[in-house]
Amino acid sequence: MALLKDGRPHADEYTDVSAGTTADVLNSTAGPVIVSLQQWQTHRDELLRRGTHLGIVLRSDEKPDALSSDLEHFAVIALDFPTFRDGRAYSSARVLRQRYGYAGELRAVGDVLLEQLHFMHRVGFNSFLLESDNVVAEWETAASDISVWYQPTGDGRPTAIQQRHAAG
Amino acid sequence: MYRYDEFDSTLVRERVEQFRRQVARRLSGELTEDQFKPLRLMNGLYLQLHAYMLRINIPYGVLSSRQMRTLAHVARTYDRGYGHFTTRQNIQYNWIQLQQVPDALADLAAAEMHGIQSSGNCIRNVTADQYAGVAADEIDDPRVYCEIIRQWSTLHPEFSFLPRKFKIAVTAAPTDRAAVQVHDIGLRMHRNPDGEPGFEVVVGGGQGRTPFIGQTIREWLEPADLLSYLEAILRVYNQDGRRDNMYKSRIKILVHQIGADEFRRRVEAEWAEIRDTALQLPAAEIERIRAHFRGPDFATLSDASDLLEQQALANPGFGAWLKANMAPHRVAGYAIANISLKSLDAPPGDMTAAQMDAVADLADTYSNGEIRVNHRQNLVLPSVAQRDLLPLYERLVELKLATANIGHVSDIIACPGLDYCSLANARSIPIARQINERFQDLDRVHEIGEVTINISGCMNACGHHHVGNIGILGVDKRGEEYYQFTLGGSSGADAALGDRTGPGFSAAEAAPAVEKILQTYLAVRHEGERFLDTYRRVGMQPFKEALYGAA
Repeated sequence: MALLKDGRPHADEYTDVSAGTTADVLNSTAGPVIVSLQQWQTHRDELLRRGTHLGIVLRSDEKPDALSSDLEHFAVIALDFPTFRDGRAYSSARVLRQRYGYAGELRAVGDVLLEQLHFMHRVGFNSFLLESDNVVAEWETAASDISVWYQPTGDGRPTAIQQRHAAG
Repeated sequence: MYRYDEFDSTLVRERVEQFRRQVARRLSGELTEDQFKPLRLMNGLYLQLHAYMLRINIPYGVLSSRQMRTLAHVARTYDRGYGHFTTRQNIQYNWIQLQQVPDALADLAAAEMHGIQSSGNCIRNVTADQYAGVAADEIDDPRVYCEIIRQWSTLHPEFSFLPRKFKIAVTAAPTDRAAVQVHDIGLRMHRNPDGEPGFEVVVGGGQGRTPFIGQTIREWLEPADLLSYLEAILRVYNQDGRRDNMYKSRIKILVHQIGADEFRRRVEAEWAEIRDTALQLPAAEIERIRAHFRGPDFATLSDASDLLEQQALANPGFGAWLKANMAPHRVAGYAIANISLKSLDAPPGDMTAAQMDAVADLADTYSNGEIRVNHRQNLVLPSVAQRDLLPLYERLVELKLATANIGHVSDIIACPGLDYCSLANARSIPIARQINERFQDLDRVHEIGEVTINISGCMNACGHHHVGNIGILGVDKRGEEYYQFTLGGSSGADAALGDRTGPGFSAAEAAPAVEKILQTYLAVRHEGERFLDTYRRVGMQPFKEALYGAA
């Protein structure tokens, strides 16, 4: 797996322990970890005492509202795509960015297809865990195929409507 | 009508080139069929029983003569010389070769057409009243809002992987010609007590295996809030709609399970968060799009009813066509002329390339170059001067497009059925043909009057059988095709789902069963009463007796 972050390959310093047992979580490497929502809710204090960066992964049936008052604790929020057809995380991403103002790393994990990177980027993802040897080239293709955006998604890209009616 | 600006045309062009690269990767074997499937579906390309099928959107059913000629060109160059107009105002080509699809799409893009989101679990082509802009009973032109919705929904990054497909229909007239109550979202424009036009928002209607009439979750929505409200509905559905079973994944199931009140509560809560954002439609954009639809300056004509009456007396065929195929135009001296695609010469909705070209020419001569496609698989020339109707009719007779049966017994909706479709259990087209053959006597057809017959070849209901006055559903019964009947359905403002008559009929018995139903109707109807109204008055019993014998 390769991590693509902000358009470049990136060393992943996080260990994903979200599928492990409680002991694994607390005894895992001293470095940053990604935990599940349930682990966070049961071991919040222990996890905070570790003093490392923390990440959390939400399953597609877990809404980001569960994190709305905890966002300051997470440097990474990963949203899982159990299959590329499950599009719930697109909504979660927008809610995290636009409603709760989350500014950290928003990572797409699971069944992430190259053809979806552009959509994911538009809703607020800035990193992607991919099965590909050539992530940069793939990213550049995915990001440049389409250059017109009709929807304001909070990603900073000017929409067609905004450009049509720009002052002057 | 709307013309693409640089943004619209750039997007469609880029999309074609993106798909061209994806097709090349599939043809070289770099992509497997499994990997390619979601990519082709997002561009309207299905794999059917015999070949690929390409579905092209006709946004809200509006075509220019130039676009119609492009559809003819695609039929001739890349297919077998014909196309099939669908109940969603789209066109399908049934025999296309994969390697030629990118070229076909490029030709279509040059005429401002595409197949984006004509399949897949995303927001599909928005449909509308086929008389939009010219209907005498209209409050505003729904095409303005349809085009706004078209752009907003195109490649929407949040809503391209919904639980299931999503269909929006818009009407702005009290007579619902767009079947808005059987759509995922139906928008019906009306005026609030202050006289301001806005939308009633209906959600959760639908057909398929589990049909529902939609429920109103908002009585009046200011047009400037249209996109934020749609986005709120779609977000609730995207997050809360079922994904464990594709037959329970449409929004109608969610609305049914949690109830319209709870669904409304969730939507309104979401809407409160996003209402005052960039989704708010600028008045300048509404006006920019409205200007495209302002349409031609109509000539000042006087009403030509007297002339038409004389012409009809001299030419009874013309008289019958006038009676069945005309609708009132909002401008004096003009008429809306329907062109029936329901003759015995072709399956419902099918049209040859030569006919498409000829209709494009007729649109240029008689109707400001404009054509519409309606959800009953017919065409419309929206603005014909009444004095031109006779020459138009004479030309349509030569083209075998002058069948005088709009809204009558032989104007049958039928899905492609088992002749083409891999989902079907039974054939639809031959049943439509057998019924049509029985009702060739126009006097009899007109004596029977207004009635809709809708045929689906399986429970997915692409032929809208639930909302046909007479609905026919093809099923497979131990390897044999059988046809179940429903009565009393409607997709109009009085929308209703039909009631089952009882056991089904074999293919040979289906058309005789229609005959029995209609004979019963003629025997019990009151003077001037439509089939639907008679059924609502007398109920199932007399029809049951006619079909199955006295109990």
